[in-house]
Amino acid sequence: MATKNTAAKSSTTKKATTKATAKKATPKKPTAKKPMTKATAKTATTKATAKKTAARKTTPKKAAPKPDATRRNAPAKKDPTGRPSSVAAGAARASGERARRRATPLLTAAVESAATSSAQATPPAPATSSTTSSTAATKAATAAVKAGAPGKTSATTTAPAGGRGAHRPRPNPRSEASSKATRQAGIRPQSPRAKRKADEAARRHLRVAPPPAPTPPAPDPTATQTDMALPVPGIEELLSASIAAMRMAAQGAGFSPEEVERRIAATLAFIRRRIEGDYSVDEFGYDEHFAENVIFPLLRPLYRKWFRVEVRGLENIPDEGGALIVSNHSGTIAIDSLMVAQAIHDEHPKHRVMRALGADLVFQTPFVGAFARRGGSTLATNADVDRLFAQGELVGVFPEGFKGVGKPFKERYKLQRFGRGGFVSAALKAGVPIIPTSVVGAEEIAPMIGNMKTVARLLGVPYAPITPTFPLLGPLGLIPLPSKWIIEFGAPIETASHGEGASEDPMLVFDLTDQVRETIQQTLYSLLMQRRSVFF
Amino acid sequence: MREARVGQVVLVTGVSRYLGGVLARRLAASPDVERVIGVDVIPPPRDLGEAEFIRADIRNPMIGKVIAQGDVDTVVHANVIATPTFAGGRTPQKEINVIGTMQLLAACQKSETVRRLVVKSTAAVYGSTPRDPAMFTEEMTAKRLPASGFGKDSIEVEGYVRGFARRRPDIDILTLRFANIIGPRIRTSITDYFNLPVIPVPLGHDARMQFVHEEDAISALLRGVTGGADGVVNVAGDGVLTVMQAAAIVRRPFVMVPMAAAGPIAQMGKRLGLVDFSADQMSFLAFGRGMDTTAMREVLGFSPTYSTRAAFEDFARTVSPVVPSLDAVTGAVGGVVGTAQQLVGRATKGVR
Repeated sequence: MATKNTAAKSSTTKKATTKATAKKATPKKPTAKKPMTKATAKTATTKATAKKTAARKTTPKKAAPKPDATRRNAPAKKDPTGRPSSVAAGAARASGERARRRATPLLTAAVESAATSSAQATPPAPATSSTTSSTAATKAATAAVKAGAPGKTSATTTAPAGGRGAHRPRPNPRSEASSKATRQAGIRPQSPRAKRKADEAARRHLRVAPPPAPTPPAPDPTATQTDMALPVPGIEELLSASIAAMRMAAQGAGFSPEEVERRIAATLAFIRRRIEGDYSVDEFGYDEHFAENVIFPLLRPLYRKWFRVEVRGLENIPDEGGALIVSNHSGTIAIDSLMVAQAIHDEHPKHRVMRALGADLVFQTPFVGAFARRGGSTLATNADVDRLFAQGELVGVFPEGFKGVGKPFKERYKLQRFGRGGFVSAALKAGVPIIPTSVVGAEEIAPMIGNMKTVARLLGVPYAPITPTFPLLGPLGLIPLPSKWIIEFGAPIETASHGEGASEDPMLVFDLTDQVRETIQQTLYSLLMQRRSVFF
Repeated sequence: MREARVGQVVLVTGVSRYLGGVLARRLAASPDVERVIGVDVIPPPRDLGEAEFIRADIRNPMIGKVIAQGDVDTVVHANVIATPTFAGGRTPQKEINVIGTMQLLAACQKSETVRRLVVKSTAAVYGSTPRDPAMFTEEMTAKRLPASGFGKDSIEVEGYVRGFARRRPDIDILTLRFANIIGPRIRTSITDYFNLPVIPVPLGHDARMQFVHEEDAISALLRGVTGGADGVVNVAGDGVLTVMQAAAIVRRPFVMVPMAAAGPIAQMGKRLGLVDFSADQMSFLAFGRGMDTTAMREVLGFSPTYSTRAAFEDFARTVSPVVPSLDAVTGAVGGVVGTAQQLVGRATKGVR
């Protein structure tokens, strides 16, 4: 017995010492201070092994709200080995662990893994349930241990005999077998009342960490709201005071206070939904919530007050179903596409949203790309256009592309080449009408009098403009000049009558492209004739 | 062609990982399947149920014997590993993915019994660039092929599968391209990413992402094994989420990181063991990707129960606040805004 105990003790020195220190703190058992004496050594060993097994058992229970003090640090120690993570598996694969495992017979590995998996499968269940799902061999051990469990000290001696059967050549000095057998002893090391008492005593003295704070409830918006409103006393008063102040300020400034309040309420509602992610984005990235609350309101002053856009021919845009808006593109800063979209959204009786098609450079550029997608733009590819038309969307295309935006001022209102006519074949395929659109006024917002080609090449952009204000005034030069705009939506060109397979006819596509181009060019000339001046 | 599919014998590779393990268990429980053989190099940590486990390395020709002895007629290749950390590094990952697939396909080619092959592939084969269409259909290819990592492996795997299809035209081959699989139990690099205390987001980008719930992924694979569909099929939940929206749903603050700094930050995350991201996944976070799922409904005859958003919300339930104060900050902002909104609403109502 003595030899066995010392051997076992030496193998579990670490645990024993930790236990001993724990014991040292408890005033009830001062004997633990002298681990040299035989009896205390014995109890210490028993406790240590029991604790070890307890640790193993409680590993899945790591998430339990209040683990008792003796077990508290044990799961943390055991965790990396107790729960084979996939990272560990990978590491094992790399470090030759796999080869070692391959050498071992499969059966034991399967049993072990089954045991661990069953233990893992029922994390919140009490330890006894995991015992029942263990293999028969361990059950036998359990029975044996349970039989000898009341006598705590005898657990170590009886358990191995029960586990291995009657045939046992000699006492095994290694702690392996005994620990395995006494694993079950860890379930109930002492009576619950004694355990609670001991735990309390231990907790009183082993104040390692404060008791875990109650876990915050699930992210429920209403719950967090009340939570957060409480700790700041008088937040309601504060807010209502500021709202009253705003009402006063609004009255002073000559606005209607109700209007101001409505705006504030809308803004707050917007912010809240953004914070909580409570909005939806379609497959092209169009964020209706963002567009309706940020993009269109942001551009409205520019549209109404700055450019004073005059819109003609709105009746040519269908109330529903697909249509293709084809427009000229100009102005160095390509905000004409935004203004066309704004015009359709604000002035059309159905407030339709134009889905503009952009070059890949747009979507490559940080902020611009994200902004464009949120506003409903997508990449100018056949796949996307077909998809948009299939959904009955209003698609806007600016076939001149960068050639149109980056042309010198002296070539203003001269349409550039219209790409390869891909937009026409897309419209033909879908059978949607083409609406030629002319924008007058955009050419003058930033007259391009020069192009820094080297800079453009260095930056990888199609052009680097010199305008009367741009490099001269720095960022201020990016402010567009307040020209007066006219947007005219022309009579729709029907494509459905050309029938199936018309999009595969290049001659027809080129003809239609030219027709659209000529229509826009002629409209531009006539609008220029009608315009009184550039700025009025 | 044996029409009676009553006694299907299915070989599943990669059963020690979550998806393969659950798939093997479900297949074994399915009445159409007589026997399920699970294969992996490490013993499965989860219960495989009725399925048998054979420790075999698919990088080794031994896999041919397993197929021959088991009289296997359906092979499910679910062993293409997405994250280097889970495989023990990039080298073993690539070896398992590419050499493993080659060996498995070689064994299938020799086999007399195999009638059906189901390959679990990924949407990463489409790459992620600003020149991508909004939605990829199955016949489209990547605008820029992923140059490294999982995406490249997957493209190679699909290449070998196509070669195999050419050599054995009598075998039905179904390749399922899954969007990012997410859920409360699975662990991938994307779940690790959204578990970060502060989520780094590429500066000025807000990528669209699609997710498929883990349950839906398993159901799709099950349907692929027991059904008769073949060809390539995209599998994704309905709708899209953007990165920032997803960050809002998991209630984590995000920090804008310039794309140029993304590399070093990814390195740091890897060192700290927080998240393991390769270059193609970084571009995914910047430019996103969407897949058309018409074929999923029409060819595979499968419709997911979780939308992208529902799948992500199911995952977000399990994300615990790492730093409670950070969660409190977003909560506080939301709370203050909510209170103010109510007050304003009340005041407005009172006036009117």
